[in-house]
Amino acid sequence: MSLALTASHVRKSYNGRPVLEDVSMSFDRHGVYVMTGTNGSGKSTFLRISALIDDADSGEIVFSSEEGILKHDIRLKRRITLVLPQIGIFNTTVFKNAAYGMNIRGVPGAETAKKVEEVLAFVGLAHKKDQNALTVSSGERQRLGIARALVIEPEILFLDEPTASIDEKNSGIVEDIIMKLKAGGKTTVIMTTHDKDQAGRLADTWLIMHEGRLIPHS
Amino acid sequence: MFLTESFKTAFSLIVHLNAELLGIIFLSLRVSGSALVISTLIGLPLAAFLGFRKFPLKGTFVSLLNTFMGLPPVVVGLLVYLFLSRSGPLGFLALLYTPAAMIVAQSILALPIVASLSYSAIVGVDPIISQSSRTLGATPYQVSLTIMKEARFGIMSGVIAAFGRVMAEVGAILIVGGNIAGYTRVMTTTIALETDKGNFELALALGIILLSISLGINFLLHLIQKKGTIRA
Ligand SMILES: Nc1ncnc2c1ncn2[C@@H]1O[C@H](COP(=O)(O)OP(=O)(O)OP(=O)(O)O)[C@@H](O)[C@H]1O
Ligand SMILES: [Mg+2]
Repeated sequence: MSLALTASHVRKSYNGRPVLEDVSMSFDRHGVYVMTGTNGSGKSTFLRISALIDDADSGEIVFSSEEGILKHDIRLKRRITLVLPQIGIFNTTVFKNAAYGMNIRGVPGAETAKKVEEVLAFVGLAHKKDQNALTVSSGERQRLGIARALVIEPEILFLDEPTASIDEKNSGIVEDIIMKLKAGGKTTVIMTTHDKDQAGRLADTWLIMHEGRLIPHS
Repeated sequence: MFLTESFKTAFSLIVHLNAELLGIIFLSLRVSGSALVISTLIGLPLAAFLGFRKFPLKGTFVSLLNTFMGLPPVVVGLLVYLFLSRSGPLGFLALLYTPAAMIVAQSILALPIVASLSYSAIVGVDPIISQSSRTLGATPYQVSLTIMKEARFGIMSGVIAAFGRVMAEVGAILIVGGNIAGYTRVMTTTIALETDKGNFELALALGIILLSISLGINFLLHLIQKKGTIRA
């Protein structure tokens, strides 16, 4: 295991209303963690805090590896990524959207092109690479969001409702992608969904967000 | 008829562009173009600063900038004149009645337009863009660059709008440039002068050229705005 995440006693309130009361959980194995829970239970909030996009009010998010506990710096942030439920598309081609993570890391063009082509093929978007990404369908947009994340080979991949608002076929494609990542054994996936059947199919570990706490599904 | 005759002569003047006319057109483009480059070099970083930083009285500053978008050219001309006149604080530069003075005045006119419209474009970028770039590992500086890039069509619209305004402006350059033939005489000041002299054909010819340039600018603006709105 290279990168492990442990949340301990994470609390978060919005406008004085507690959303996360006391979330403690270890994500220390490769595989797929699936979180379910009612609307507004705090799943997205927890993902944003875990992915170091938002701060908790109190408690700790600890990333550790063989090197020990890691500082929350840009180097660590570049080893993880969160795919938001709404994909923020850049007004440019599918290819350039997918290449974004490598471009900001200063990866040379040839290497980027090779990786991007490979990942676009992986998510079934190779034929769309020159299209403006704002004009792709919502299913394709979701897959582009995942491709953009996969290009940077994250050790922990957070997916917030990756199959919400897309049809069965596209949802199936996204599930296949997650299954392949699982089989690849190099990525920890931490995702949310409202589809219990999907959770059953994908989860190595199924968790439920309930009353501000994250508990194992029994 | 007088009007049709004037138009006829004006068109023949345009068709047989003489060196003097060309020089006037070229100077207009050079002065307004330089003013645009200067105001963009200052206005864009200013817009970015306003867009990405939080500081006290920011709202007031933005309102002020918006107000300055409508600065009366003659007032700007007067102020620049006072600064550059021989007894003024910058009088030693001896810039009054030179193209440089005209560039300064037009830069001041263009700056609030470039800065304010670029600012609107930058703050108008969907926050999901900055979140997405952060999740993909962008540093705060890279996030800002990404947002500027997303705002590019709005920024270009601002720059072009500013160009349209300074090209058409006469009050400021007349005061600080002095309308010296062959040196500081540009399209708008020539039109004013020639009309005054009753030399309508030349004024009309320049008016038509100015309008064509303005039409070209607006067409460009339209194209850019169309490109910027592919939002699905
Ligand atoms: N930025 C914010 N400002 C104020 N309240 C917020 C903010 N973000 C989330 N909340 C509130 O926190 C609660 C939890 O929201 P969150 O999005 O984490 O829920 P969720 O479990 O992801 O729900 P869903 O299944 O609908 O996506 C909600 O009541 C929401 O209104
Ligand atoms: Mg959510």
